[in-house]
Amino acid sequence: MTKFTKILAGLLALAVAGGALAAGADLGNTAKQATNWTAIAMFAIFVGGTLYITKWAASQTKTAADFYTGGGGITGFQNGLAIAGDYMSAASFLGISGLVFANGFDGLIFSIGWLVGWPVITFLMAERLRNLGKFTFADVASYRFAQTPVRIFAASASLVIVAFYMIAQMVGAGQLIKILFGMEYLYAEILVGGVMLAYVLFGGMTATTWVQIIKAVMLLGGATFMALAVLFQNGFSPETLFTNAVAIHSKKDAIMGPGALIKDPISAISVGMALMFGTAGLPHILMRFFTVPNAKEARKSVAWATTWIGYFYILTFIIGFGAITNLIANPAEYFVGGEIAKGLKGGGNMAAVHLANAVGGNLFLGFISAVAFATILAVVAGLTLSGATAVSHDLYASVFNKGCTSEQELRVSKIATMCLGVLAIVLGIAFEKENVAYMVMLAFTIACSSNFPVLFMSVLWKNCTTRGAVVGGFVGLGMAVVLTIGSAAVWEAVMGNPKGSAWFPYNSAALFSMSAAFFTIWLVSILDNSAQAQKERALYPSQQLRSETGMGASGASGH
Amino acid sequence: MQDTLDRITANPKFLEFVAMRSRYSIIMAIVSAAAYYGFILLVAYNKEFLAQKIGEGYTMSLGVPIGVGVILFTIVLTWIYVRRANTEFDAINEAIIKEAQK
Repeated sequence: MTKFTKILAGLLALAVAGGALAAGADLGNTAKQATNWTAIAMFAIFVGGTLYITKWAASQTKTAADFYTGGGGITGFQNGLAIAGDYMSAASFLGISGLVFANGFDGLIFSIGWLVGWPVITFLMAERLRNLGKFTFADVASYRFAQTPVRIFAASASLVIVAFYMIAQMVGAGQLIKILFGMEYLYAEILVGGVMLAYVLFGGMTATTWVQIIKAVMLLGGATFMALAVLFQNGFSPETLFTNAVAIHSKKDAIMGPGALIKDPISAISVGMALMFGTAGLPHILMRFFTVPNAKEARKSVAWATTWIGYFYILTFIIGFGAITNLIANPAEYFVGGEIAKGLKGGGNMAAVHLANAVGGNLFLGFISAVAFATILAVVAGLTLSGATAVSHDLYASVFNKGCTSEQELRVSKIATMCLGVLAIVLGIAFEKENVAYMVMLAFTIACSSNFPVLFMSVLWKNCTTRGAVVGGFVGLGMAVVLTIGSAAVWEAVMGNPKGSAWFPYNSAALFSMSAAFFTIWLVSILDNSAQAQKERALYPSQQLRSETGMGASGASGH
Repeated sequence: MQDTLDRITANPKFLEFVAMRSRYSIIMAIVSAAAYYGFILLVAYNKEFLAQKIGEGYTMSLGVPIGVGVILFTIVLTWIYVRRANTEFDAINEAIIKEAQK
């Protein structure tokens, strides 16, 4: 076997991850359930507590720096929890446990795919980001380049990514509130939009971080309890758990091995690239590297984040198997019409929620429902903050009104937050009946084709120039969007064109758009012999010095 | 300040250190990718291997400890890198800066 086919084959299996990702992340159109007051009360307690923290955070948020980075005084451990919170979305908790419930072992393959982007960030990006950046990743990318074009590019890409990610979250919130709380779709939009605005507007990064930390602890705590309860039922023997699951599951022993989901290798490669490198280009993840005081803490953040995310995926595997043994044994309570063949009440993503009821009763069901909803709220807050930062720091303070005061910048960031909050609510309502399953994947694809290549090349390749970075970044962004529109998930499923008419035949554009971005950055940079380009290349050693040693790094220390 | 910077850039120890650290992080990235792709290769080409039982009379397949192993390996590898970077590398880094500031 040649090296190439080996790589191809490896990436093949990644397609599995991609397919499942799309399946898992789609919360679908759901039917409204009976009002669950326990869940609503638990959620109200969460909101009350976090708003109280926001009040404290507001007193700490006086300057633009406080708003963007929480004053830079967050420890690596805290930041690691917050990053994990950003990454452990409702879709990954409900989606992956639902996948394990349906297919067993395959669920584990998918969750591993989600985890592998993190070491890449740790080994190659974390400390360089922290050493070069101040508030946004554009600070890093534009370090030795012409400010205006790079900032405009970075802000555009960030806002597009935030918009798609946000729509998926807002629609997911509306669908979840119907099943979890038994409330109307519209309430979810207003609730999420309103509470999130309160966090970001008043508490900035400090409040957003603490909301994320609290949510991460609640989610990890709840999932740990469920996994322990499942293990307890089986005498703390995974072997007994698997034996019981195989005995009851319709796929029998097949749930213990990998299924056959691989279709075409190109899609596999493509989806794998989006997952691995997209994480390193998401603006709401990247901004977290600027909340810690130095590179040491930045490294600790990713190590803790990787630890918690990995631990969480092991828990979801146990939870999925626990759902098999608990729910299938009791079809009358958990399946539509009491028939297993008709599927779980509320859809396949409800496995973990039903399991919460099975092992912890109504009170724990309420807790898990509240956590699932709080998860969306926290992620939306992070997205809004990163979008607002792109507008106020990258566009306003670095392009349109250079030399503005911190007060002016802070005011603009709050106006931008307001606008984004209202936009989120409007888009959430507008997309209620739309198919948004492709949007998270699209956000990852754009991130790995625009932000990531520009960041990577500007920091690590000395010949990179402004022209190359900006042209290449926009090429990647444009291709990611256009090719995704041409794929079956959008062309057929969303735009209603006949089946088989999609002109882009693969599941993800990442392979093409990311390669195009890197190639264009390289080509345009080497052809660029302008005086500006010479100057930028000459600045590389001093950039390298700072990115490697941290000398002169923005000292965003605590008060 | 500029003097210090120039002295660091001119210091062969600095260039050596940066090269060593870059090499280390690239090797770590390759090791973590190898673990992942090794697992994925098994999924693609040797499903039977992953589906086989861990022993006579067991239900658990070999894939479960291997899969969980990949997750744990990823976490451990990250910590190994961070430990070394936060102690040894930072100490060398500091020594180089100190030397230049003299």
